[in-house]
Amino acid sequence: MAKKILIVGGGLAGTIVANGLCRQLRDELGAGGVTITMLGAEPTHIYQPGLLYVPFGHMREAELLREQKSVLDRRVSFHVDPATRVDVDKKAVTTVSGQTHGYDFLVLATGSRIRPDMVPGMAEGAHWFYDLAGARKLRDALQQFQGGRVVINTNAPHKCPVAPLEITFMLRDHLAGRGLLDKSEIVYTYPIGRLHSLEPVANWAVPEFERCGIKSEVFFNTKSVDPQKKTITSEEDTTLEYDLLITIPPHSGQQVITDSGLGNGGWVPTERNTLLREGSSDVFVVGDTTNLPISKAGSTAHFEADTVIDNLVSLIKEDRWARHYDGKVFCFVETGMNSGTYVWFNYATPPNPGPPSQMVHWFKLAYNRLYWLSARGLL
Amino acid sequence: MSERHKVDARGAYCPGPLMELIATLRHCAIGDEVEMWSTDTGSATDIPAWVKKARHELVGVSQEGDHWAIIVRKAH
Repeated sequence: MAKKILIVGGGLAGTIVANGLCRQLRDELGAGGVTITMLGAEPTHIYQPGLLYVPFGHMREAELLREQKSVLDRRVSFHVDPATRVDVDKKAVTTVSGQTHGYDFLVLATGSRIRPDMVPGMAEGAHWFYDLAGARKLRDALQQFQGGRVVINTNAPHKCPVAPLEITFMLRDHLAGRGLLDKSEIVYTYPIGRLHSLEPVANWAVPEFERCGIKSEVFFNTKSVDPQKKTITSEEDTTLEYDLLITIPPHSGQQVITDSGLGNGGWVPTERNTLLREGSSDVFVVGDTTNLPISKAGSTAHFEADTVIDNLVSLIKEDRWARHYDGKVFCFVETGMNSGTYVWFNYATPPNPGPPSQMVHWFKLAYNRLYWLSARGLL
Repeated sequence: MSERHKVDARGAYCPGPLMELIATLRHCAIGDEVEMWSTDTGSATDIPAWVKKARHELVGVSQEGDHWAIIVRKAH
């Protein structure tokens, strides 16, 4: 009997796992000893970090999108048929079309989604860049913006934890380039008592905010937005007026996770080293889907996926465990339109970002194109 | 029936224990408790400060071996 590997989710994490398995299980796939099936929600794969550049016209939409089939190894049986129920006791996954897929090993890679609907008034009053429709709308709003107060508002939890600072510095450069800085004010809000969750990054940002004239309001957890009055109010009872509101909306996991009783908020309780679902020996969790207290970011998904590939291959070929995930995360940090830095850390090593440079910014721009090699499992 | 949600944020640098607490409370019912484990010594002061500011309820703070255990009840 062929071993069935079922991957639920066709984003970065699921795609890297699928392609990596195909490479390492070539013989088994050829001999019919293994099958790999993926259930995705969309026929198109999107390079999500590129959305940050769309509002400023620095990346075209066509650069962000590829057909998922062209990104996936042809040996993966890919279905645009999202899962509606995952039964880990019966080892069965049911889909929108009514199909049921069994498995020997399951990889949950359903990811996260933005939830502006969780804050009253946010969907009507705010802009964001975390999906293509939002990035387009923000691009149009920025083109019409002729000065005023921009509030950049961050909500927890969210993916890509450096994005709030990146959009702030890029917006500042954008307004300066259009000669609108004298007529504008940028106010940055953050849920905890400093400018970023990473303390070294927060410490670096303080003098940068002063140099750029960016104001901040910390301990700001959004309670509501009033689109008519153009105000945003926090749980801590601070109200700010805005002319343009750019939000990093709160995120949740996918409904199928909640509906299947696999985790509150759509996040699956996951063992931090094995990446196995707590209580399962045949269900791996990868990418944003985990409840691990680490960054929800593409690099996290990538490093986790590499670990899952090694362990799945080792279990199938040799019936043994290969290695543990060490919590590694690596993030580029754009510090303007022409400079950047990076930060990396794991469960045992704290982050220590270096000074921004143009070279790192260029490397980030190069990675924006190299991404497609990552997704194919070549980088 | 109120629940207690455990969050093991030991070794969490980003988003960090306080952001994890805020994110977890978002999906809790009023009256639920979150028990946060953190190895970040700043959490023992940062989290109670925020809990007071956000008008939730601090149930307890204690040092348990290699980590702090901070228990918070969602008040609204």
